Amino acid sequence: MSETIKVPTMAEYMAEGKQPEVLFWVGCAGSFDDRAKKITKAFVKLLNNAKVDFAVLGTEESCTGDPAKRAGNEFLFQMQAMGNIEVMNAYEVKKIVTACPHCFNTIKNEYPELGGNYEVMHHTQFLKSLLSEGRLKVEGGKFKGKRITFHDPCYLGRANGEYEAPRELLQKLEVELVEMKRCKTRGLCCGAGGAQMFKEPEPGNKDINIERTEEALETKPEIIAAGCPFCNTMLTDGVKGKDKEADVTVMDIAEMIANASDL
Amino acid sequence: MQYIPNILFLILLAAGIGYFTMNIRKVIRNIKLGTDFDASDRKGERWGNVVRIAMGQSKMVKRPISGLLHIIVYVGFIIINIEVLEIIIDGILGTHRIFAPLGAMYDVLIATFEILAFLVLVGVIVFWTRRNIQKIKRFWNPEMKGWPKNDANYILYFEMVLMVLFLTMNGADLQLQNLGSAHYTKAGMFPISGLLAPIFENFSEATLIFIERTAWWLHIIGILIFLNYLYFSKHLHIMLAFPNVYFGRVEPKGKFKNNEAVTNEVKLMMDPSADPYAAPAEGAEAPAKFGASDVMDLNQIQLLNAYTCTECGRCTSECPANITGKKLSPRKIMMDTRDRLEEVGKNIDTNGEFKPDGKQLLDDYITREELWACTSCNACVEACPVSIDPLSIIMEMRQYLVMEQSAAPNELNVTMTNIENNGAPWPFNQMDRLNWKNEV
Repeated sequence: MSETIKVPTMAEYMAEGKQPEVLFWVGCAGSFDDRAKKITKAFVKLLNNAKVDFAVLGTEESCTGDPAKRAGNEFLFQMQAMGNIEVMNAYEVKKIVTACPHCFNTIKNEYPELGGNYEVMHHTQFLKSLLSEGRLKVEGGKFKGKRITFHDPCYLGRANGEYEAPRELLQKLEVELVEMKRCKTRGLCCGAGGAQMFKEPEPGNKDINIERTEEALETKPEIIAAGCPFCNTMLTDGVKGKDKEADVTVMDIAEMIANASDL
Repeated sequence: MQYIPNILFLILLAAGIGYFTMNIRKVIRNIKLGTDFDASDRKGERWGNVVRIAMGQSKMVKRPISGLLHIIVYVGFIIINIEVLEIIIDGILGTHRIFAPLGAMYDVLIATFEILAFLVLVGVIVFWTRRNIQKIKRFWNPEMKGWPKNDANYILYFEMVLMVLFLTMNGADLQLQNLGSAHYTKAGMFPISGLLAPIFENFSEATLIFIERTAWWLHIIGILIFLNYLYFSKHLHIMLAFPNVYFGRVEPKGKFKNNEAVTNEVKLMMDPSADPYAAPAEGAEAPAKFGASDVMDLNQIQLLNAYTCTECGRCTSECPANITGKKLSPRKIMMDTRDRLEEVGKNIDTNGEFKPDGKQLLDDYITREELWACTSCNACVEACPVSIDPLSIIMEMRQYLVMEQSAAPNELNVTMTNIENNGAPWPFNQMDRLNWKNEV
C-alpha cells in the first residue's frame, strides 16, 4: 500500500488563504476506532486519487452531538452543534462529505436550525458524483462476481431516503448483489443507533446485531458491505459471534473501491 | 299512527349522531390538551400524502395480502355508504328505495353494493381467521391481551353482521318484488342476494315483509351503534387517518425536533457578553419543562396519533428491539398514550379541570426499560400505514429522563461526559483526533 496520504487541515488551507472544494468530516469513529480508521484512510486514498481538493478539521472537529441528542441530552447536543457550527462557519464551509451516516444526518438535518447551513453528502453519494464526473474510476478487480449483500444504514436509508448511491457503486464493482429479506425501507437496524452503541442492550432473547447478521448470512455472502462505521462494528461482531469470520468479511464500500484499484 | 316508524327513526338517528358528536368533541378537547404545533408548511406535499397514503392506501399494500383485503373493506365501506344515504332518506320520509327512479343507474349501484358487501364479508372473515386461527404474531403481542384483542374481534363481528343483514334485506326485498308485493317496486339488480332465493322461496309475503323490515331496521340501528362504538375502540382510524396523514411528518425522518428552549439557553451560555448573574427579564416565562413525562407535554399531533392508531402492529413487527425480545413495542407506546389521555379526559369530565392524580405517562404506563431499548431506527415510523410517529414520543420521554431527572443509564452518562470533555463518545483526547493520518 502506498503510505503517503495527503490530509490537509482547514487551518493549513486558511493559512494559505485557500478554500478546499469540500470538508471531509471524519467523525469520532473514523478518528478513533481502529476499524473505522481504515475506512477513513481508504476514503482519503480515493479522494487523493481523484484529486479532490479537500481538508479536514483535525483537532478542531468535535462530536456532532448525535448520540447525546438521541440519548435525550438536548443540551449537550446543542452545545456540541453550536461549537462545531461556529468553527465551520468561521472557515466558511460550504460543502461537507462524511463516511458516517449519523454525522451526515445530524449536520444535514439538525444543524440548519442552529445556524449551520451546508451541502452535506454521505461518502457513497460523493463517490457516486465523482464517478459520474469521470474523476473516479471504479473497477471490479478482485470483487468481480463476488456474492455481496448490502446492509442499509438507518440514518442513510430510512432517515434520508438514500438507498441507491451505495448500490450503484457496488454494481460498478461488478459484484453479484444479493439483497437481504429486509432491505431498503424495511432494512433492519444493526442495533447501534439511538446511542445504543454505547450501552448494553435491554434484556431480550437476542442481540439485534446477531439477528441482522443471521439475516445477512442467509444470503451466503462473501462480503457484507456497509456504509456506516457503527453498522460495520456491529456486523463484524455479529460475524465473529457466528464463527464465520474466516468466510465472511464486513467491508465499507469505500474500502472495497480503494481495494479494487489496489490503492 | 302511520308516522310512528318515521318518528322512531328520527329519534334513533338523532340520538345516534348526537351521542357520537358529543364523544368526538371529547376527543378534540383531549387532543387540544397537547402543546401547539405548526403544520402550516408544505401544504401541497401534505395533501399529496393524504391522497397517496390515506386515500390511496400506498403503505397498506406494502404487505400485499392484508393490504388488498383492507382495500376491499375500505372501498366497500365508502361506497356502501351511498346506500346508507338512501336508507336514511327512506327512514325519514317513509319511502322505499327512493333512488329507484335512477333506473339502470340504480341497478348498477345496487349490484355494486351487493358485490362489495359480499367481498367485505369475505375480507372480514379472512381478517378474523388471521387473528384467531392463523394467530399472526403481531396480533398476539403482550399488549394485545384482553380488551384490545376483544375490541378487534367485536369490530369484525359488527361488520360481518352488518353485511349479512344488508344482503338478507335485499334478498327478501327481491323476493317481495317478484311476488309483486305493494310498496316493493321493482328496482335494483341483486347478483348476490339473488342467490339466496331458494331460502326465501317458500316464505309467505307476510313473513318476507317481516324479514325484510327486521333486517332493514337492524342494519341501520347496527350502523348507528357501530358509529358510536368507534369512540370506545381502536376503530377511530376510519376517520382520523385522513387528518393524521395530513399532519404527519414531511421532513426527513432523521431530522429530530429542535428544542428551542434549550437553544436559547445554549446561546446565552456561548455569548461572551451575556451576564450570567443577570436577573431574568420582567415577565419572562418560567423555563419550560424539558421533554415529556405526561400526555400534556406531548404536542397535539402526537395525541392525534394516539387516537388514530388502530393497533395493527406493523410498527412493532418491524421494530428491531421488539423482534429481539425487548419490552419496547412502538404500538404499546401509542396505546399507552391514548389510555393515559383518556384517563386525563375522564378526570376533567369529573372535576371540571385536571386534578393531579399522582399518575403520569412515564412509569405508570411506559417504563424506562421500554424507552431505553429504542435504536431510533425509524422502522416503526416507516411501517405505519397512517403516518404515526411513535419515535418522537420515545425521544421526548428520554429527554425528560435525562434533562429533568438525570436518569440516563450509567453507561450513557459516561458517554455524555466523554462527549462533553473530549468531544467524542470515548475517552480519547481531542488533540489526538488526527493521529490516524500518521498511523500505519
